[in-house]
Amino acid sequence: MSAQQSNLEILPVGVKIALALALLALLAFPFAGTDFYIQMVTRMMIMAIFAMSLDLLQGVTGLVSLGHAAFFGLAGYALTFLTPQGEAVSLWWTLPLAVLGAGLAALVIGFFVVRTHGIYFIMVTMAFAQMVFFLFFDNKALGGSDGLYINFRPTIAVAGQALVDLDDKRSMYYLTLVAMLAVYLFLRRLLWSPFGRALAGIRVNEHRMRAMGFGTFGYKLAAFTLAGGLAGLAGYLWGAQSGYINPELMGFHMSAHAIMMVVLGGMGNFAGAIVGAFTFEYLLHVFKDLPQVGGVNLGKHWQLWMGLFIVLLVTFAPRGLLGLAGRLGRRSHAAGGRSDPKDHQA
Amino acid sequence: MDLANFFIQLLNSVQYGLLLFMLAAGLTLIFGIMGVVNLAHGSFYMLGAYLAWSLGAQFGSLTLAILVGVVLSVLFGLALEWLLFRHFYHRDHLDQVLLTFGLIYIFEEFRSIFWGDDVHGVPIPDVLGASIPLTDNLSYPVYRLFMSGVCVALAIGLYLLISKTRLGMKIRAGAFNHDMAESLGINIKLIHAVVFALGVGLAAVAGMIAAPIASVYPNMGSQVLIMCFVVVVIGGIGSVRGALVAALLVGLVDTFGKVLLPQVSGMLVYILMAGVLLFKPEGLFKQ
Repeated sequence: MSAQQSNLEILPVGVKIALALALLALLAFPFAGTDFYIQMVTRMMIMAIFAMSLDLLQGVTGLVSLGHAAFFGLAGYALTFLTPQGEAVSLWWTLPLAVLGAGLAALVIGFFVVRTHGIYFIMVTMAFAQMVFFLFFDNKALGGSDGLYINFRPTIAVAGQALVDLDDKRSMYYLTLVAMLAVYLFLRRLLWSPFGRALAGIRVNEHRMRAMGFGTFGYKLAAFTLAGGLAGLAGYLWGAQSGYINPELMGFHMSAHAIMMVVLGGMGNFAGAIVGAFTFEYLLHVFKDLPQVGGVNLGKHWQLWMGLFIVLLVTFAPRGLLGLAGRLGRRSHAAGGRSDPKDHQA
Repeated sequence: MDLANFFIQLLNSVQYGLLLFMLAAGLTLIFGIMGVVNLAHGSFYMLGAYLAWSLGAQFGSLTLAILVGVVLSVLFGLALEWLLFRHFYHRDHLDQVLLTFGLIYIFEEFRSIFWGDDVHGVPIPDVLGASIPLTDNLSYPVYRLFMSGVCVALAIGLYLLISKTRLGMKIRAGAFNHDMAESLGINIKLIHAVVFALGVGLAAVAGMIAAPIASVYPNMGSQVLIMCFVVVVIGGIGSVRGALVAALLVGLVDTFGKVLLPQVSGMLVYILMAGVLLFKPEGLFKQ
């Protein structure tokens, strides 16, 4: 468990500067990129929100959930069912409702799973997510295995005046960027609040926290619910952007991808989750886009490259990119500071 | 539901439960002794099924295919343990989850490259192709009885191995106290390799004997993996006896759920799991 105890909660100055530069790059990106890449970066930011919500459980509280995608998907489905066949709905009430719905589902499932520990928690979260998966997969009324289309993107209007048009790819991009920043700032604030400190205490030593009088069940349930709600925010944005939702978004592959993103960037500080989400999504894009070589379509077998990448990463760099950068930095400067995270393509 | 129909469903649920037990036993042993959570366990089931299909077509005999397939999958398990898993016994569960998830991707792609993405049927051997008539229009296939028989025989073999042999004693010692067993001169690394290969072998045999009735298709390991998780959670991690009871329970609930409550059948097993968690968060047979 020692790997889980020493998270990089306080970001080194170098990392902070790199993050600020990356934010500037993200702000400017829509003026340089094509529609395709604007959509891709929007998707990366959505996944970053999803990964941050998982990091609250995985990195901060020390709960490895293999079913987090269920809440992501549920909010996406909520948007589908709230959008009528022939017209668009307002984001003002559908977004809170979808997030609340995902949070409520997380509260109910959390009530059962939070009482388990370690390996049980992993298996049980996966099993419950699979239950939600089959609920949608098996029921034609809920879209079945094909999923459902969302015909109209939600509208954002004030006093009847359209504020932002989400059909415009740049507007969607900036809405997602604002959401990602808001979630990041909220979670960073939460991390240093008494609540966040209690969650970190649970990760390091739950028995001691209980001995000190903390009702750890309630804390963990609250974290699970909050993380589910934030995953719902990401799922809602996904539905709004892609206009399409299917059960695969709730499957355990999706949950495992999120775990990978958090580990890839570095756990417990939320910045790592963002870096990890961007890196992972970019790699996915690269692997799926590999060329045809000698009659073999390398891109078709993207799972092989991703699988090899994951296996190599956990074998040789279990602490993720930030950890690897830190280790290399320490090696070159002897006792010196950490080097910047090298990877932040935006 | 009349008596004959009830009887058929009962046999089906026992057969399904026993099949799940073959997988869950390996999973729970590997966790109980080495502390490894193995998401790729379903892939071994898939490996077995594909071996039965391809070797069966090669040899023209399912029996021969199963015998060769068991040897191949045990060797595969030993190689995998030596190359990867033994370096992860003392790592975080998180690392184990990622490693084995990565392996699922790799195995699926190798399956796609070597065996393609089509669904295949495996013929039932002629000897076992008959059906036992129960009433005028209901009958029960002999092959399903054969499957249950193989599972029962292997379950008894597993029980004898673990509780009656010297090797089993060493396995139990290793599960009980790893360091103490090692300092008493037991080659714990060898024990680990044997247990891992045993788990792979059991999963592969389950896949091989299930191939004729379940057919052979991509991603067939994932669904069965999650059912195994449910079984292991209900039974209690590390407990082989718990896995047997839970597997039979899951088999009963799933099979009768599909007949009696088809609308919610997919969820019943999970509701069962939720109920168990509420009262026994560490499973029915906690070790």
